Amino acid sequence: MILSGWGRFPRVDCRVTRPRTEAELQALVAEGALIARGNGRSYGDAALSAQGTVDMRGFSRMLSFDAATGQLVAEAGVLLSDIIAAFLPRGWFPLVTPGTKFVTLGGMIAADVHGKNHHKDGSMAASVDWVEVMDGDGVVQRASATQNAELFGYTIGGMGLTGIILRAALRLRPVQSGWIVQETLPAPDLARAMALFEASGNATYSVAWIDCLASGDSLGRSLVMLGEHAAPADLDNRRRARPFVTPPKRRLSVPFDAPGFALNRYSVGAFNALYWRRGRRAAGRSLVDWDSYFYPLDGIGHWNRIYGRKGFAQFQCVLPLAASEPGLRALLAEIAASGQGSFLAVLKRFGAQDSRFSFPMEGYTLALDFPVTPATLALMDRLDAVTLDHGGRFYLAKDARMSAATLHRADPRLPAFLAMRAAEGRARSFASALSERLDL
Amino acid sequence: MTLPPVLILGGRSDIGLACAHAFAAKGHPVQLAARNAAALQPEATDLGLRHAVPVSTHEFDVLDTAGHAAFLDALPAAPGIVVCAIGMMGAQEASEIDFAAAAQVMRSNFEAPAAILGLVANRMEALGSGTIVGISSVAGDRGRATNYVYGSAKAGFTAFLSGLRNRLAQTGVHVVTVKPGFVATRMTAGMDLPARLTAQPEELGAAVVTAVIRKRNVIYVRPVWALVMAIIRTIPEPVFKRLKL
Ligand SMILES: Cc1cc2nc3c(=O)[nH]c(=O)nc-3n(C[C@H](O)[C@H](O)[C@H](O)COP(=O)(O)OP(=O)(O)OC[C@H]3O[C@@H](n4cnc5c(N)ncnc54)[C@H](O)[C@@H]3O)c2cc1C
Repeated sequence: MILSGWGRFPRVDCRVTRPRTEAELQALVAEGALIARGNGRSYGDAALSAQGTVDMRGFSRMLSFDAATGQLVAEAGVLLSDIIAAFLPRGWFPLVTPGTKFVTLGGMIAADVHGKNHHKDGSMAASVDWVEVMDGDGVVQRASATQNAELFGYTIGGMGLTGIILRAALRLRPVQSGWIVQETLPAPDLARAMALFEASGNATYSVAWIDCLASGDSLGRSLVMLGEHAAPADLDNRRRARPFVTPPKRRLSVPFDAPGFALNRYSVGAFNALYWRRGRRAAGRSLVDWDSYFYPLDGIGHWNRIYGRKGFAQFQCVLPLAASEPGLRALLAEIAASGQGSFLAVLKRFGAQDSRFSFPMEGYTLALDFPVTPATLALMDRLDAVTLDHGGRFYLAKDARMSAATLHRADPRLPAFLAMRAAEGRARSFASALSERLDL
Repeated sequence: MTLPPVLILGGRSDIGLACAHAFAAKGHPVQLAARNAAALQPEATDLGLRHAVPVSTHEFDVLDTAGHAAFLDALPAAPGIVVCAIGMMGAQEASEIDFAAAAQVMRSNFEAPAAILGLVANRMEALGSGTIVGISSVAGDRGRATNYVYGSAKAGFTAFLSGLRNRLAQTGVHVVTVKPGFVATRMTAGMDLPARLTAQPEELGAAVVTAVIRKRNVIYVRPVWALVMAIIRTIPEPVFKRLKL
C-alpha cells in the first residue's frame, strides 16, 4: 500500500497491518522490524516502513479518567480530536497540543509535540505520567519518571524507535470555557517580534506568523499572537450561559492537487503581504473559539493538496536562545534571497527543556513549508547549514530530506540514543524509513 | 430529559459498537449484550468515558432462544431502542457440503434474531412505544451463487422486519431495516472492497441514528446501494443465472 506522511513526500510502498489486540501485535513484532504509525500527521517518513508499518488506530479505547486530577488513561491510537470532544464539555483541555487535532496519543508522545505554550508548560512530556511500551520480544513495560526512567525518557520524542506505545496516562488541564482571548500584535521587523516574545513570557500561548519573503528593513516582520483561556468574565451573557458550546466549523476541502504553477514567488508574496496588512488592521483583542484558534487548518480537509502532486516538505529547526537572533536573521535572509516563499512560516519561543532525545530546547523555533522542487531542496540544505552554524537542531516529526551527516552533527545526544537502541535489540525490531535515512 | 436506553444485541461487532457510539453521543444510556460479556468491559468503559452516559454489559447468546425472555427480564431498564447487529457470514463452501454449517448461518442470521426481536416487539407493543433496528444485508435482496446461504437467511430477516413493521404500524412501535452494503469492519478486513461503496462504521452509526429519529423504514447506508441493488434486482433471471456474482 502506497503511504506517505502529511507532506506526501516521500511515498513508500508499505506492508501495512492493523492489529486490534496485544496478542496480534506480539505476533507481528516477532516477524521482524517494524514501525508504529498513528494518524500519519507527521510530515515526512517517520511513520513509514516498507517491511512493516503498524497502523495503531485499532487501539483506540479510553480506559479511565480521574476527575480529581484530570488524568486520562487511554490506548495509543485514540485521536486528540476525540479526547477534546469527550472532555472539553466537562471542563478539560489537553495541556499540550500541536496545530492539528487529528493526531493520535501515541504519535504525540513519540514526537514529544509542542504547542504554543512551550515557554510556559513545556512539551508533551510534561503532561504524560506514564507509558506502556512493547519491546521487540513482545514484552510490555510500564515506564515513568521513576520506573524504567531511561525507557520513558527515550520513548518521549523517540519517534517510535524504542518500541510500540500501547497505553499512556495523560494529564489534562482544567479550563473554564471553550474560548480563547486572543491578542494580535504587529511587529514590523524581527527585533520587534523577538522583543514582544520576551515581554510576553507570562502569556499562556504565543506564536508569530512571519512573512518570510519580506527583506531589508522589514526582514522578519510578523504578527505575534497571544492567547489565554477565557474565563466567564471574558464572555458575554449568551456565551457565559454555555461556555463550552462553540459554533461548529464549516468544513471545506481541497478537492484535487493544485497545479505546480499555482505556488510561486508572486502568489505567495501577494498572500503574505495581504495577510500582513489584514492582520495589522485586525490588531488587538478578539475572542476566538478553541477549534479556530488551535486548529485553523483542520477546517480545510486535504489542505496538503495545495502544494500539488509532488508534495511538500517542512523545515523546522530550533536555535539556542543566545544564537537565536543572528541565526534567525541568517535563515530569513537566505529564504528571502531565494524567493522561495512559504505560506506558513511560524515562529515560537521555547522555554527550557531537558530531555534525552526530543526536539525542544530553550530558544526560538522556525517552521516553514515548501513545495518539493530541486530549488527548495537545495534551499533547505542551506538552511540546515545555517542551523548547524548556530548550534541548532531539527524536528524529526517534520523532516523528510535531511542527511544523516547533518543530524549527527547537530545532536550530541545521538550516540547515547543509539546505544540505548542497540542494548536491548530495539534497533533490530523497530525501524522506519526515517531511521534508515538518518542512521538511527 | 433522560433518553431511553439503547440495547445493542451483538455488542462486540464493529457495527454494533458503531451504533452504540452514535446513540451514546446523543446521550442515550447503552446496554451492550453479547457472549462472554465480561470481556466487553473495556468497550463499555470507553463508551461511558467518551460520552458520559451509563453503560452496562449483559451476557447474551442469541442461539439460546429458550433464554431470551429471562435475558430481557434481567435488563436493568426496558430499552426504548433495540438494535440487532447479530450476524454470521459463514463460509459458503462449507455451507454447501455440510448442512449443519448452513443451519448455523441460517439460525444466526434469521431464526434466532427473529425470535428475540419478536419478544421485544410484543413488549414494546404493550408499552405503546419503542424502536427496533434490524441490521440485515443487501445480500438478502437477491440470492447469488457466492453467498446464497447467508443471503437467504438475511432475506428471511428482511421479510420478518418488514412484516413486523407492518403489524406494529398503528401501535407506536417503529421498525427500521438497515442494509449496510460494504462496511469496513473486521468481517471484511483483507477483502478488496471498492472505496466508493464501502462505508466506515461511524458512517453507519450516524445513518442508523438518523433513521431512528426520522422514522425511516428501510435504509441503505450509502445511498448508491439503493441504485446498485435496484439494478441487480431487475436483471431478468435467465440472464442473472448466467452471471458470475
Ligand atoms: C497541520 C499540522 C500541524 C502540526 N503542528 C505541530 C505543532 O504545532 N507542534 C508539533 O510538535 N507538531 C506539529 N505537527 C506534527 C504532528 O503533531 C506530529 O507529527 C505527530 O506526531 C503526528 O501524530 P500521528 O498520530 O499522526 O503520528 P504519525 O505521523 O503516524 O507518527 C509520528 C511518529 O510517532 C510514532 N508513533 C505513532 N504511534 C506510535 C505508537 N503507538 N507507539 C510508538 N510510536 C508511535 C511513529 O512511528 C512516528 O515516528 C503538526 C502536523 C500537522 C499536519
